[in-house]
Amino acid sequence: MESYKLTVHEVSALINKRELSIEELLRKVIQRIDSTESRLDSFITLNIDEALQQAETLDGLIAKGATLPNLAGIPLGVQDNICTFGIRTTCASKMLDNFIPPYNSSVIEKLRQSHSIILGKLNMDEFGMGYSTQNSAFKFTKNPWDLHKVAGGAAGGGAAAVAADQIFYAIGSDMSGCLRQPAAFCGVVGFKPTYGLVSRFGLVACAPSLEQIGCITKDVSDCAYVLEEMVFYDKKDSTSMSKGNSTYTGNLVEDVRELRIGIPKEIFDESWDPDVRTYINNAIETFKKLGAQIVDITLPHFKYASAAHFIISSCESSSNLARYDGVKYGKRAQNVENLEELYCKTRSQGFGQEVKARIMLGNLFLSNEYYDSHYKKALKIRKLLKDDFRKAFEKCNVVLTPTSPILAFDLGHETDLPIGMSESQRYSLLANMAGIPAISIPCGLSQEGLPIGLQLMADALNEGTLIKAAYTFERNTDYHIKKPMKLEVVE
Amino acid sequence: MKYETVVGLEIHVELKTQSKMFCGCSTAFGNEPNSQCCPVCLGMPGALPVINKKAVELAIKTGIALNCKISEYNTMDRKNYFYPDLPKAYQTTQQYHPICKDGYLDIEVDGRKKRIGITRIHLEEDAGKLIHDSKNSQSLIDYNRAGVPLIEIVTEPHIGSPDEAVAFLEELRNILLYLEVSDCKMQEGSLRCDVNLSVRPEGQAKLGTRTEMKNLNSFRAVHRAIKNEAERQIRIIESGGEILQETRRWDDLKGESIAMREKQEADDYRYFQDPDLVPFFIDCEMVEEIKNHMPELPAQKRERFVSEYGLPGYDARILISSRELADFFEASVKLYDKEKVAKGAKTVSNWLMGDLMRLTKELGLELGDLKLTPSLLVQLLKLIDQGAISGSIAKEVFDEMCQTGKAPEEIVDEKGLRQISDIDQLREIVREVIQENPKTIEDYKTGKKKAFGYLVGQTMKKTRGKANPQLVNKLLQDEINMLH
Repeated sequence: MESYKLTVHEVSALINKRELSIEELLRKVIQRIDSTESRLDSFITLNIDEALQQAETLDGLIAKGATLPNLAGIPLGVQDNICTFGIRTTCASKMLDNFIPPYNSSVIEKLRQSHSIILGKLNMDEFGMGYSTQNSAFKFTKNPWDLHKVAGGAAGGGAAAVAADQIFYAIGSDMSGCLRQPAAFCGVVGFKPTYGLVSRFGLVACAPSLEQIGCITKDVSDCAYVLEEMVFYDKKDSTSMSKGNSTYTGNLVEDVRELRIGIPKEIFDESWDPDVRTYINNAIETFKKLGAQIVDITLPHFKYASAAHFIISSCESSSNLARYDGVKYGKRAQNVENLEELYCKTRSQGFGQEVKARIMLGNLFLSNEYYDSHYKKALKIRKLLKDDFRKAFEKCNVVLTPTSPILAFDLGHETDLPIGMSESQRYSLLANMAGIPAISIPCGLSQEGLPIGLQLMADALNEGTLIKAAYTFERNTDYHIKKPMKLEVVE
Repeated sequence: MKYETVVGLEIHVELKTQSKMFCGCSTAFGNEPNSQCCPVCLGMPGALPVINKKAVELAIKTGIALNCKISEYNTMDRKNYFYPDLPKAYQTTQQYHPICKDGYLDIEVDGRKKRIGITRIHLEEDAGKLIHDSKNSQSLIDYNRAGVPLIEIVTEPHIGSPDEAVAFLEELRNILLYLEVSDCKMQEGSLRCDVNLSVRPEGQAKLGTRTEMKNLNSFRAVHRAIKNEAERQIRIIESGGEILQETRRWDDLKGESIAMREKQEADDYRYFQDPDLVPFFIDCEMVEEIKNHMPELPAQKRERFVSEYGLPGYDARILISSRELADFFEASVKLYDKEKVAKGAKTVSNWLMGDLMRLTKELGLELGDLKLTPSLLVQLLKLIDQGAISGSIAKEVFDEMCQTGKAPEEIVDEKGLRQISDIDQLREIVREVIQENPKTIEDYKTGKKKAFGYLVGQTMKKTRGKANPQLVNKLLQDEINMLH
């Protein structure tokens, strides 16, 4: 098999055994990008020259007998809203088209120390607002399984790139399922850790209380490896936790006998794609067969979660995106007469439709008139939802839902939907509201050949439980090794 | 009709921390523009704030000194508005849960005591500075000040006159200086005061419509602005007009204010809790710890100076007007005389209140600018006590000592200022004076007591002030008596 098709733990082993040089690996990966990128559009910026230099240096170190960390030399992609020193970071917005950060985000700093190779910056919905990467100001990312379908969003670029073997893993941010839903649409693994577990310093967030940096990987083992690198206490982020357990790979054990899987009764409705229903039921049966116990649970406030999430994220975004005013960096409108015109023109020209709509709604929800009836109420619902989960976790240790009740939809489809009311992240956003960890793993292929994702959520800081459950499922199924063949046929 | 003025103050105080409110940048004043900035205080994409613990401590200290309740649960909130000096387009402040609430400060005006309520004290960050270059029609921004920690102290509308406002501000500034919370320099903007003012007919319970006055750069400006604004409002009411709720800007040169903008519903800052900063808790232990390390406050010191040193209330009030002066006083008294403290204290006090104040005023300097130390002052006092120099010579030595830092004895020797206490030498001089002034002697004998003083003066003149005054008195008396 071509080396680019391997997983992180597979190539890492080859590099350690000196059966594969980093430069050799990198050149294969670059070839792969060359032959697929024009059809996928998963990258905004490529960082090939620096990557090749780094590969040479690392091979030199290995030749001298150095032992390198697990992720050393393995090319990754970084979602374009995570600041990378010296590498353009656009958030897929015209507003930051020319923005080159003079600093690294903390997580990039950490990955750099581990000699990871950043191969490029990945396409996404503008500032993370969207569900299909169609809100990117630059390009639409296509689904490797069907180039007429969306890759999901906001991290569509990352999911498509990992699924198409353009990179070994991607890191990105998850505000409502932004990593998990595209991972589900593209048949790869998406992970959102507990809120506060991975430093957000340098993540260009729009909704800081909901967003968390996570990863997209080819399988659950890789997820554990990458997570181990990303989790650390960072004093530059006030919400960073010092309670992380850094031995996630220790949970790569096949054992679900202690597992009690809760299925919320509220989630079942008419919106599910029939294939999603079939494969989720199959997954439940698989878990049962492996010895897990299935329990019924209830999340009484589930029905309010999407609206509350939308209000909170819009409010925080309206404030977080206010700094893009043309004064300090990024886009500045030309030919303006006064300050107000500078603000208006810069922001009118710099932001896309979805972003503008959410900024306006967020400002409305925070205004004197609507604060109590909308923002404050949304916060109450978040609290009630957290309570729902607290009670649920008394009965079970993992909650199971589909990642998305629908399959990857046609390109162009989402623009018909009312703003932000995407049904595809109804289940994934629950974990963001509750601040708990969640993983999406492949659990089937629909009749038309589109991947289906299974979501597992655990209580805060129980990443290990999730990894163990997901790993066990993966070891007993083969969905994670299926590759998008359509991409190869065209090739 | 008689009117009552109702004033509440909002005071912004820059905290004396090494670093800014949410990042490690320096807070030093006056450096090259934009030399003290980083991604955090510039509001760069993805940069996150971390609260400055020292700033929290200073706010608690202030709260304790102003008799406030210290909040256990604290949040930082965002005040959203666009302005180029505000890099994030929101100011991080405390809208919903201020760190201190419900305090008071006692002031005294014309011998009458008054208690001024403190509504709240909250933590926030300062904005940058805009420099308008009208010649090239451009505006420049200096972000060195952006993110400098501030506290805002809000009073109840308990202030009734310009004098009370200034008394309050002076007392407050003194406390803040004692606590080393701020350097309180109004010229540098580290202490800023806005005045909320309304008037109402005396006896009326309902408050009138208030205006907010900004750009007050000195206590004197506060005083003038309050007087002026109260008069302006009364004039409008008396002529049947209505007061507009508005923000006004004081022009100290013209001695008048102009309306900046009308304050209305339009001011909607869309406050909400900052999700980048988790709520923080202040427990009793922390408050106790800070309480235990509080320095003595001006009011306490004033009382102690009266009871411990037997000083008149007037002296005590002046001496505590700065912590530096008060500390100088105590250090000097301790050095000076351990046994007869009461007398020694008053002597030290007289020198500080008299000659020191005179000299600093003459030179336009402050105590800290002079080379005077408690040890030098006490050396000087001892020279007087020993009769080595007279009081008037001592003043001359004092001035030189303050400016050069030389020991008083050295100055006395260098300039030959030592007091003449040699009886024979003085007797010679006194006799000369008597011989040269027969007319004055006659006057004295006929009962003109003043004439004696003239003779003393003449003697001092001949000795260039060095004669021991007691001896001169005695010798003159003896010699005149011997003329019979």
